[in-house]
Amino acid sequence: MSWINEDGPCSGMIISSRIRIARNIAEMPFAPMAGRDASQKVADMVKNSIMDSNSILSRDFDYIALKSLTDTERHVLVEKHLISPDLSERPETAAVLINKSQQISIMINEEDHIRMQSIFPGCQLEKAWELLSKVDDIIEESVEYCYDEQLGYITSCPTNVGTGMRASMMMHLPGLVATNYINTILQTISKVGLTARGLYGEGSEATGDIYQISNQITLGPSEEEIISNINIAVRQIMENEKRAREALLQSNRLQFEDRIWRALGILTHARKLSLKEFMSLLSQIRLGADMGIIDGINSRMLNELMVKCQPAHLQAHIGKLDEDLDSIRAERVRNELRKIV
Amino acid sequence: MLCQECKMQPATVHLTKIVNNNKTEFYLCEECARKKGQFNISIPFSINDLLAGFIGMDNPSVSVQKEEMRQCKSCGMRFEQFRKNGRLGCQDCYKYFSDDLLPILRRIHGGTKHNGKVPKRAGVELRITRQIQQLKTQLQKAVETENFEEAARLRDRIKELEKQTGQK
Repeated sequence: MSWINEDGPCSGMIISSRIRIARNIAEMPFAPMAGRDASQKVADMVKNSIMDSNSILSRDFDYIALKSLTDTERHVLVEKHLISPDLSERPETAAVLINKSQQISIMINEEDHIRMQSIFPGCQLEKAWELLSKVDDIIEESVEYCYDEQLGYITSCPTNVGTGMRASMMMHLPGLVATNYINTILQTISKVGLTARGLYGEGSEATGDIYQISNQITLGPSEEEIISNINIAVRQIMENEKRAREALLQSNRLQFEDRIWRALGILTHARKLSLKEFMSLLSQIRLGADMGIIDGINSRMLNELMVKCQPAHLQAHIGKLDEDLDSIRAERVRNELRKIV
Repeated sequence: MLCQECKMQPATVHLTKIVNNNKTEFYLCEECARKKGQFNISIPFSINDLLAGFIGMDNPSVSVQKEEMRQCKSCGMRFEQFRKNGRLGCQDCYKYFSDDLLPILRRIHGGTKHNGKVPKRAGVELRITRQIQQLKTQLQKAVETENFEEAARLRDRIKELEKQTGQK
């Protein structure tokens, strides 16, 4: 199942592992120079490469043209991390293939012709790459990629050339944020070619103490080296996060626990919750659950709740556009948490 | 998302305004955000912005080249466009702008040699193309040394390989 409703290894601190690769089709213009006809042709080629393949995967995918969706439906996919914010802003030409378990999505006509990704819960980058590489091979059976012997896979932006791979882990780091140690960590990882972004990738804010750690360099290291670099960095970040949490707990246990229980109190009783407040309270609950302070809540439940209370999910839930999402969010949080605690 | 103000440009600036505890959020393009000057704005600074700064700085001599040289002959993308957007128009842009791109790639990635996955299909063609090139060099040598028997053998082998890839 998808990252949202299943537990994975180390899922206390690592919410999900994601591999994304960029591919372009030979002889076809890239997005900045592609007209509508060329884009449609690209969409058909990619769609057919999956749907007409002999692999069992062919029946596993649904094809969705983004123009067939409402704004809200598109943003629901963004909130589930099945499509990128960039893809949702190209509704006229963009499409996506999503498999039934929602582990794999193949975005068509984003910045590159093909941006495919696989997401697993917890720490499982190798598994995500293994699966995605197979999907890549299936598409390549009927589509010729832009590939250069020296530069590797050719992409529209030079920052993605080579493997075209962005491997990332979504981490929950409240201890490092509370101790102000996070900036040192972020500076350090940038020295080894890694970077940290917010919940929704490039340019997004780090809400709820959630950071995506990913590789910046795509040309030079192999896919396996990229993954192992991130694994090494993430392991060290986890060690530091653990230490920060211990230090916070030891310096004032009562205050530490008080903050967590207050967060639960607000979430179970508030009548209005902004996204930001919700995310920061949820971060406390996640911390409390992972440290065994609150029983009966696991990271799977929290991931599900987090996604369900994002703006587009709330709008889809009530079935209409509503101004006052904060009160709807509060109500939904109360109802969901009542089932758990 | 489009700018809420002009509804033309993509929204790249997220503004939060808090007045008397009332929070208002805006999603604007840079220009409209600037017009609304009274806000403290934070513009997300991405790798692509950074990239634009790199383009051209390693190769100052190109500025004296004729303008028509500075365009991809396959897709028609002008170098100016790439400098502005940081995105290329097709695979051949990498050939036409290679003098500019290779230094950029070295700056971004620290190297310019791919060591990862090789696509099965394009990989096979590449290998054959490389083989043909090698054989052609050998053929030339054989002709030069008047080793015609060897030259004939090489010529047949090249023809065979060219047939496989559909090249001429």
